[in-house]
Parts: sequence; C-alpha cells; structure tokens
Amino acid sequence: MEQQIVKVKNKKGVRVIPGFGLSMGVTLAMLGCFILIPLASIFISASKMSFQEFTEVVTSRQVMSGYLVSFSCAFLAALINGVFGLILAWVLVRYEFPGKRIMDGMIELPFALPTAVAGISLTFLYSDQGWIGAAFDKIGISIAYTRIGITIAMVFVGIPFVVRSVQPVLEKLDRQYEEAAMMLGAGRTRTFFKVILPELFPALLAGFGLAFARGIGEYGSVVFIAGNIPFKTQIAPLLIMSKLEQYKYSDATAIALALLLVSFLLMLFINSLQIYMQKFSKA
Amino acid sequence: MAKKKQRTYQQDMVGDSINSIQKVVKPQEEGGSRAVKYLLIGLSVLFLFVMLALPLAVVAANAWREGWEAYLEAVLDEYTIKALWLTILATGTAVLVNTVFGVFAAFLLSKFYFRGRQALAALIDIPFSISPVIAGLVFILTFGTMGWMGDFLDQYDIKIVFAVPGVILATIFVTFPFVFRELFPVLNAQGKDEEEAAALMGAGGWTIFWRITFPHIKWALLYGVILCSARAMGEFGAVSVISGHLRGKTNTLPLHVEILYNEFQTAAAFAVSSVLVALAVLILIVKSLVEWKKK
Repeated sequence: MEQQIVKVKNKKGVRVIPGFGLSMGVTLAMLGCFILIPLASIFISASKMSFQEFTEVVTSRQVMSGYLVSFSCAFLAALINGVFGLILAWVLVRYEFPGKRIMDGMIELPFALPTAVAGISLTFLYSDQGWIGAAFDKIGISIAYTRIGITIAMVFVGIPFVVRSVQPVLEKLDRQYEEAAMMLGAGRTRTFFKVILPELFPALLAGFGLAFARGIGEYGSVVFIAGNIPFKTQIAPLLIMSKLEQYKYSDATAIALALLLVSFLLMLFINSLQIYMQKFSKA
Repeated sequence: MAKKKQRTYQQDMVGDSINSIQKVVKPQEEGGSRAVKYLLIGLSVLFLFVMLALPLAVVAANAWREGWEAYLEAVLDEYTIKALWLTILATGTAVLVNTVFGVFAAFLLSKFYFRGRQALAALIDIPFSISPVIAGLVFILTFGTMGWMGDFLDQYDIKIVFAVPGVILATIFVTFPFVFRELFPVLNAQGKDEEEAAALMGAGGWTIFWRITFPHIKWALLYGVILCSARAMGEFGAVSVISGHLRGKTNTLPLHVEILYNEFQTAAAFAVSSVLVALAVLILIVKSLVEWKKK
C-alpha cells in the first residue's frame, strides 16, 4: 500500500524526502557565487575584444610556442604516467610484499605536497649540480630548464590520477576470465593484452585524461624547473601570469580563454572515447 | 553396471587430463610470473623512489644544510608565522565552505531526480579541469579595478584583489568539488529508500539528515575534508595570481617559499618547505588511518 502511495506521489511530481528546495537553493547559490559568476567574467572580459584582437594575441609566436610546450609536454607526461600508473596499480592490487601499505600511501604525495615545494625540490634534484641532474650532466643531457624537466614535473603531479583511476577497477575485475583464458591456452602476455587490458582501458583513459588536463594547467611545480626561456620552455599558464604582471589583462584573458576551450574540447573527446570504449567492452 | 562404470571412467579421464594440464602448466607459469612480479615491483619502487622520495629527501637535506639555528630562524621568522596564519585561515575557510556545499550538493544530486542533474554534476567539476592560474585570473577580472564589479567595490572601499578575501576566494575555487566528489558516490550507492521510509513515517528533514544520511557519510566526509585541506594548504597558482605578494599581508606559506627561493635564500626556502612537507605527510598518515578505519 505504502509503496503505491509513493509511486502515485512521485508521478505527480511531489517528492517524498523533504529538503529539495533548501538543497537546491544552497547548491545553486554557492555554485553561482564561487564558480559560475567569476568564471563568466572571463567571457564578459573577452567579449570586449574584437575577434581580430583575440586571434592576434592567441596566434602570436610566443603564445603559440607556449601552447605547444604545454600540450606536448603534458601529453608525453600523461603517456608515461599511463604506463607507470598501470604498473603501480597492478603491483598494488595483485601482489603482496612488505612495504605495500607505505607504497600505497605514497601515491597521493604529489596531491598533498604543495606544488611550489615540489617545484623547487625537483629543480634542485635535476639541476646540473643536483643529485640526479649531475649524473645526466656528465653525459651531456641537462634536465632542468629544458622540456625534459617540464615533462618530469608533469609526471610528478599526474601520477596519482592514473593509479587511483585504474586501481578500483582492477580490484573489482573478476579473475575468472583470466583463468579461463589461461586454461584455454593463452599465454600471460596474450591474456593481459586481450582479456585484462580491454577491461581496464576506460579507467586508464580516464586517468590519462585527468593527468593530461592537470599537466596542461599545472603552474607551481612546473614554473621553477621550466626556467621560462622564451620560445623554449615557457608554458601557457606562465604566459598568462606574465601578461598579468604587465597589466595586459585582455591579452591574459585571450590566452586563458583559448586554453580553456582547447582543454574542454580535449576532455570532451577523451570522455566520449571512454563512453564508446565502455559500451564496446560491455557488448 | 557397465554403463555406470564407463561414465565414471570418462569422468576420471576428464579430471585427470585437467589435473595433468594444471600440473604441466602451473610450474612454468609460476616461474615466469615470479620474475615478472619482481620486475614490476622493482620498477614501481624505482619510480616512486626517484619521482617521490628523492624530492622529499632534497627538502630535508637542504633545510638542515645551514644548521639548527638557521632552520629555526627561518621557520620562526615573523613573515613565516604570518604566512602560516594566513594559510590556516584560507584553508579553514575553504574547508568550511566546501563542506557545507559538498553535503548539500551531494544530498541534492543523490536523493532527488530532476532535469539537469547530470549538467549540474558536470558544472561542479569545472574547477578540476581549470588551470589554477586561470582560477586566479577570473577573480581579478571580476573584482579587480578593470573588472565589472571593480567600481562597485571601490565605492564602498572593499578590497578583494591583492588582499586576504581574494586569497580565500581563490582557495575556495580551486578546492570546490573535493568534498562533494567524496560524498556523492557514497550517497548514490546508498540509494534513497531509507530516507523515503523515514519521511513517510513522519520524520522531518533535519532528523532524516542527522539520523539516516549522516551516519552513512561521516567517514567519506572526513576523507573529503582531509583531501580538501591538503589541496587548500598547498595551493600556489591561483593564490599567486591574486595575492599580489604583499609580505606579511597576503603571503601564504607556499608563496613565502617562492619569495625566499627567488631571493636565493635557498636554505630558508627549504626550511619553510619542510614545514609544509611535514603537514603534507601528516595529512597522508591521517588519510591512511581513516581509510583503514573505514574498511
């Protein structure tokens, strides 16, 4: 009886649980005040520019090279994170060994460590006098103040995203299928690539996307190791920063808007690819 | 009799063949997988050591480089203490605001179905995919002298940009979805049957929340608060844009580290960093404890 009443009420649009109006009000008010209204300013401010001015700023040589550095380094870093994130998640889920709990806790370190602190310690580590940098300096490779350094900093900030995306999926993965594949004669490599990887792929892709987005936007940990050499190691967020320091607000807005649009398009692409893959693997 | 015997014979055949396959296959697999296991564990340890442990070691090594006295001097410096207070203030406010928002938004999106639910969830996630520098920029474009609210604020002599409120707002923006992100999956998985039953039996909104919803989310809430405070404490990009780097006024600890580093006071920069590292490690330990307790 009661259930019937509930259903009738729901059909009429009356909600059983109280608090809808209050929750909706608080959520929308806070979201509006803290996120949406400030974010709208970027569009308001951009609308004051003509399209020509906008393209002029965005396609200038310095800005284009900034985008190129940001996107290429973030992409490479996300790829490296994809590989190591998968290995780390696999090791943490499938194997038992001493120190595993500490290792699991350490994954979130880049997340908890202030980015500026990470930035200066990475710079120290990889500079020509640093512990690792000195070794590479001997064979003629300098890491700090080059794109290699930027990529390493982006690997540092991105690694938790991949591990934490893949780990829960791997934990839930039914081992039956692997066992079945092995019983049917597939080797370990084949089982991994044909049975396990397709199941993990959507999660891996999600982690890749998050790490990629974080790498593009990252400022604190990258800016120190980048060294800000124009046309070589200037990242896009840094360009926004330097335009702001010169009080060129409209230039900064244009660069930010283009960066936002490209990042959103990329995320949209990765999300739809992920949805496609999920449907594909379930079918 | 004969039929029965035959069947058992066949069953034994099948059983034997499976056993023999397992016997043949297993030892080989074990040997191979053990090598792979140690290789993968070795790779992971190496990666974590180089990428995560060494940077921490660098902070520790350089912080003590000039001895205890220099370390204490840097940490107990007037500006460091002021920066620490501002960091605590900004983190505390951000955690408070995000907790209130996270609880209401997670309750709304998991207990009620309405049009635009998905879109709302996507909007809440925006700060995750935005560069912190852009997060700082939007506040300058809103409240700065050039911004559309600039004149209004000027009239009443309210300062937000290059002042403490701006630092707090930027911190809130960057950490906005954290608590919501932790609460939403938990509440969504729990469903709404319990709340509906309570409502039908006449419980009011607050009673339902405190007696039914809250017990489900208390660990997730604590977890979200921990993550949120870690991120808020370390925020650099957004705060750096909006603070204006006024020493002793709008400098947070990470910004103070940057200033010291740029002034080539390396040991002092790492000494202040070590305070932040200690806080980060503490947060990670508390987080692991909460996770362990949750299980």
